[in-house]
Amino acid sequence: MPHQVPLEVEQEIDQRLTRYPDKRSALLPALHAIQGHFRYVPEDLVEWVAAKLELEAIQVMEVLTFYPSFRQKAPGRYHIRVCRTLSCAMAGSHGLMDALAEKAGIDRSHADHHHPICVSKDGRFSIEFAECLASCGTGPVCMVNDDLHEQVRPEDARKLLDRYS
Amino acid sequence: MSITYKAGKNPHPLEHRMIFRNIDREGWDPGIETYLGEGGYESLRKAMAMAPGEIQAQVKTAGVRGRGGAGFPAGVKWGFIPPNNTKPVYLICNADESEPGTFKDRYIMHQDPHQLIEGMVITAFAIGCHTAYIYIREEFPFAAKILEGAIEEARAKNFVGRNILGTGFDLEIHVHRGAGAYICGEETGLIESLEGKRPYPRIKPPYFPAAMGLYLCPTIVNNVETLCHVTHILKMGGEEYAKLGTPNNTGTRILCVSGDVQKPGYFEVQVGKVTMGQLINEMCGGLRTGRTLKAVIPGGSSAKVLRADETFKLKDREISIWDIPMDFDSLAACGSMAGSGGVIVIDDSRSIAWVLNNINAFYAHESCGQCTPCREGSLWMKKISDRIVAGKGSPDDVDTLESVAYRIDGRTICAFGEAASWPTESFIAKFRDELKAATSDSLKGAIVNPETKLAAASLKV
Ligand SMILES: Cc1cc2nc3c(=O)[nH]c(=O)nc-3n(C[C@H](O)[C@H](O)[C@H](O)COP(=O)(O)O)c2cc1C
Ligand code: SF4
Ligand code: FES
Repeated sequence: MPHQVPLEVEQEIDQRLTRYPDKRSALLPALHAIQGHFRYVPEDLVEWVAAKLELEAIQVMEVLTFYPSFRQKAPGRYHIRVCRTLSCAMAGSHGLMDALAEKAGIDRSHADHHHPICVSKDGRFSIEFAECLASCGTGPVCMVNDDLHEQVRPEDARKLLDRYS
Repeated sequence: MSITYKAGKNPHPLEHRMIFRNIDREGWDPGIETYLGEGGYESLRKAMAMAPGEIQAQVKTAGVRGRGGAGFPAGVKWGFIPPNNTKPVYLICNADESEPGTFKDRYIMHQDPHQLIEGMVITAFAIGCHTAYIYIREEFPFAAKILEGAIEEARAKNFVGRNILGTGFDLEIHVHRGAGAYICGEETGLIESLEGKRPYPRIKPPYFPAAMGLYLCPTIVNNVETLCHVTHILKMGGEEYAKLGTPNNTGTRILCVSGDVQKPGYFEVQVGKVTMGQLINEMCGGLRTGRTLKAVIPGGSSAKVLRADETFKLKDREISIWDIPMDFDSLAACGSMAGSGGVIVIDDSRSIAWVLNNINAFYAHESCGQCTPCREGSLWMKKISDRIVAGKGSPDDVDTLESVAYRIDGRTICAFGEAASWPTESFIAKFRDELKAATSDSLKGAIVNPETKLAAASLKV
């Protein structure tokens, strides 16, 4: 079934369009609104966005595929991003990643640059490494959906996941 | 008035709180009434009674240098808008905060958003701008909401919107969210992104934003912290402000310390009035127990590394790493930069190859891919340091790594090229022996398949 953009999402996009002298500028806001609803940007909505902003589909695709925050496949219900960058790595973020993946039942053996996101079998969690989340003084840090968690030790992994059920 | 801070959040005696006065403060909230209760928007009232040129002159006198990375004087930058301009002028607040090691703007936006909005309205008035954007990184979803709420609060009080405070001046401020790409912090990449495109930086010249920025109109891009300083410059007057800090390095700035210290965190200091030694040993409680200092990256991960046992030459004296004053000019004289204020401390437990590899992985991931030297070079630097860390490097790899770095540096469209190559250049210049020792003589001359999967814990994506 093709995806339908709900009215309130379209209204949000219409409202954001008024903020720019040029419709194309509303592309990131439009993709955020769609991802905010579907948790990713379904392929069949690329044309919809293009029509809305009077763009070619390729102009939407090139943006969708460039930015790491936009997803083209559904993540888990709770998407985890663990900071990989220096200060967090020094504070143990690789151990945190391993512990979170294990406790969430996620196999990361096939993760690579082009497929950074891995999803648990039950679809509840997904995980990926992110670059510096601008909280380097309280590493290791991770985000679960919109929430930032600081100084998360590997032994806290279970407790953290239990907060999202 | 005495201010109390949350438990464990008291400013260190060496701090001078101005921008961070209300951060982690007991009883403080981001609402406008709280802000107004302590003289909020008084600077704006003062500014609106002045001529725009007068405000610009005050900011020039204050001498405040950009806090986003390059350290360019804000007042001078504003002056680059062509005088005969007839196009709309835009102001963009750079809230992308993505330079590794930097975590200051996040506190301002989450806890004291009106300080930023006040600075933006004053700045917009001074440069003749009627539409301003805050480009905020995607990973700050709550800050984006807080800012949107704060803009509406300010509108209700007539500090934003039409006919601000009855002066006839109109200004709209919009929040625009990024989507997880570091290069959107680079001002021309940011502008492309705001235009709804891939954030491919533009070449300068001719695309200096002040002349040809957003929609090819004059555009001033300033960092969050820089714009907050404008609020205080108006409050104090440029001359008083310039008494803070040291000559040519005026005001305060927020240093963010992370890595191997007892108490990492943020510290607002007068620029140049605190040394590296005071910062690490007094403000951060020193190194971890039993450890000694190995290196410091003083201004975000793009800044060249300083080795603990180096001697540095300032104009009038030779100093050790501990005595470096934390200001723009001194850190430049020491061969590095004050950059974004992100200080990453590295102790003797760390392998330099591992640290460099982590940094290389960042730049390989974040290159926008427009320029061949940067796109290919940053990935090669990662791959070569991958194999050194995995114990599969040959001694020649260190030289290859170095030559790749020098072939990026200076040959790219934007300053990311330098940001990506300076870590490798400086780590090799200063730790060549350690890096060579991490390689294996038996692999000299061996042909390595770059696609070979290397098994080392630190290499996982
Ligand atoms: C690769 C790269 C990344 C940057 N990232 C940021 C950033 O995250 N935040 C920021 O304020 N400036 C960043 N800058 C600096 C901006 O290009 C620009 O100089 C700055 O926003 C100007 O503001 P200021 O003069 O107030 O510092 C970056 C520069 C480069 C080359
Ligand atoms: S230097 Fe790198 S990041 Fe900058 S434009 Fe070129 S490829 Fe893109
Ligand atoms: S290094 Fe992890 S938040 Fe900056």
